[in-house]
Amino acid sequence: MVEKKVEVKNLNVWFGQTHSLKDINLDIYDNEVLTIIGPANSGKTTFLRMLNRLNELQENFRFSGEIIFDHKNFFDFSVQELRKKIGMVFALPVPLPLTVFDNVAYGPKLHGIRDRGKLKEIVERSLRLAYLWEEVKDRLNASAFLLSGGQQQRLCIARTLACEPEIILFDEPCSGLDPVSTAKIEEAMQELKKDYTLVLVTNNVKQAARVGDRTAFFLSGELIEIERTDRLFTAPKDNRTEGYISGRFG
Amino acid sequence: MNQKIKQKIAFFILFLSICLVVIPIVLLVIFIGIKGLPAINWEFLTGLPKQGMRAGGIFPAIVGTVYLVIGAVLFSLPIGILSAIYLSEYAKENILTRLIRLAIINLSGVPSIVYGLFGLAFFVIFFNFGTSVLSGSLTLGIMILPIIITATQESLKSVPYAFREVSLSLGATKWQTIKNIVLPNALPGILTGTILGIARAAGETAPILFTVAAFYLPHLPKSIFDQVMALPYHLYVISTQIPGVPDRMRYGTALVLLVMVLSINLIAIILRYQLRKKKRW
Repeated sequence: MVEKKVEVKNLNVWFGQTHSLKDINLDIYDNEVLTIIGPANSGKTTFLRMLNRLNELQENFRFSGEIIFDHKNFFDFSVQELRKKIGMVFALPVPLPLTVFDNVAYGPKLHGIRDRGKLKEIVERSLRLAYLWEEVKDRLNASAFLLSGGQQQRLCIARTLACEPEIILFDEPCSGLDPVSTAKIEEAMQELKKDYTLVLVTNNVKQAARVGDRTAFFLSGELIEIERTDRLFTAPKDNRTEGYISGRFG
Repeated sequence: MNQKIKQKIAFFILFLSICLVVIPIVLLVIFIGIKGLPAINWEFLTGLPKQGMRAGGIFPAIVGTVYLVIGAVLFSLPIGILSAIYLSEYAKENILTRLIRLAIINLSGVPSIVYGLFGLAFFVIFFNFGTSVLSGSLTLGIMILPIIITATQESLKSVPYAFREVSLSLGATKWQTIKNIVLPNALPGILTGTILGIARAAGETAPILFTVAAFYLPHLPKSIFDQVMALPYHLYVISTQIPGVPDRMRYGTALVLLVMVLSINLIAIILRYQLRKKKRW
């Protein structure tokens, strides 16, 4: 039996009067790639942002329910510790207005690593893991904004990896990218799942089928179905799932 | 009338209005320059006033203005920046903070003579600082505080929210995010506000009238509790209070004040340009 990394129990989320997530029960296993699919406004990004506690930045946010992370109450961790352990890659690449090197070193510096040699080591390792090292090794001191869109997104992945997280959350990381950049990022994910637990929210059903071990289907804030990816795509139990993956709506 | 001619007329009107803005500024500088330049020499800039200010130099007034501006900035810059950070990053949106914001905006519209009277009552008399560099600097500082706070708030707001979110998502605290990401990128705007404040502080007469400015003081201050002469007030004195001051001395004084303010602005523009070159988004 594989370890449960995260257990979500009866999670409800509201923004003001809007009930965004309804009674979500879902486990995330160690070292799996869980993909979350669903149409716009289905709550998949809200769910992801719950795991990184970013929803709290919005003022009218409320929630109920329980989350267990590493067998401990999610909210017993400090926000900073939790966000270090559960990293996030956003839909659009957002490099910080710093150099390539400082972007990747940003997290480790926050968490107290000051030694220049150690930082260099972390930066190189993270950039290699994100399949970016070869492309940027000669311009580590250039502004991160000089990189192309695909490179910027891989830089963001490297930046998240540099914090040495246990879980990496991807929020539609390829939505603004061309197919070649998308392929590179998917390649990086395949490599990453050996050491990390990945949760990938995607609008691209084919991408879910390619990279996911298990796939969850969200619709209107509800979890309709969660199943092994091959089974979900070949024999969905719920006909709403079938409708979505076969392209009848969404 | 066809669209092309309409377009030409529109351009002409727009061009005319920019001319109306630029011409007075250029004329002012040229006028003051031509009239004041003959007075400028080493003795004028570094000497003490003589013959009841009808001859000699304006050195004490230059030094006085520099001291006052430095004092005002030392006081208002830290307080202004810190309160702007509090208001735009930490304070919750409620009636109280909205009132504070409104008050700050309105403060910048208060006539400067009112600041002068306030300074007299509060610093000179209540705190017993006397008419001194300290009282004058604090009064000027309070006057430019709203300028600095407003400019800082604007430039903090202009730093994209996504940067903050990314920094927080990597496990940074709010303060680390402000210190590492928000403040460095807001710096050009903060600088502009500060410079506008400095220029205003250097040129104002009313706030220093009762709080620091000396009519005639042919030596430099020894401590912050001494009075000083200041350029704007000196200009007022030799223009209206003393008969028989040669014209060129008045215009010379005005020219020095003008050049000081303009070069402060120029430094700000260059600094801001250098800082902006680094950022790209």
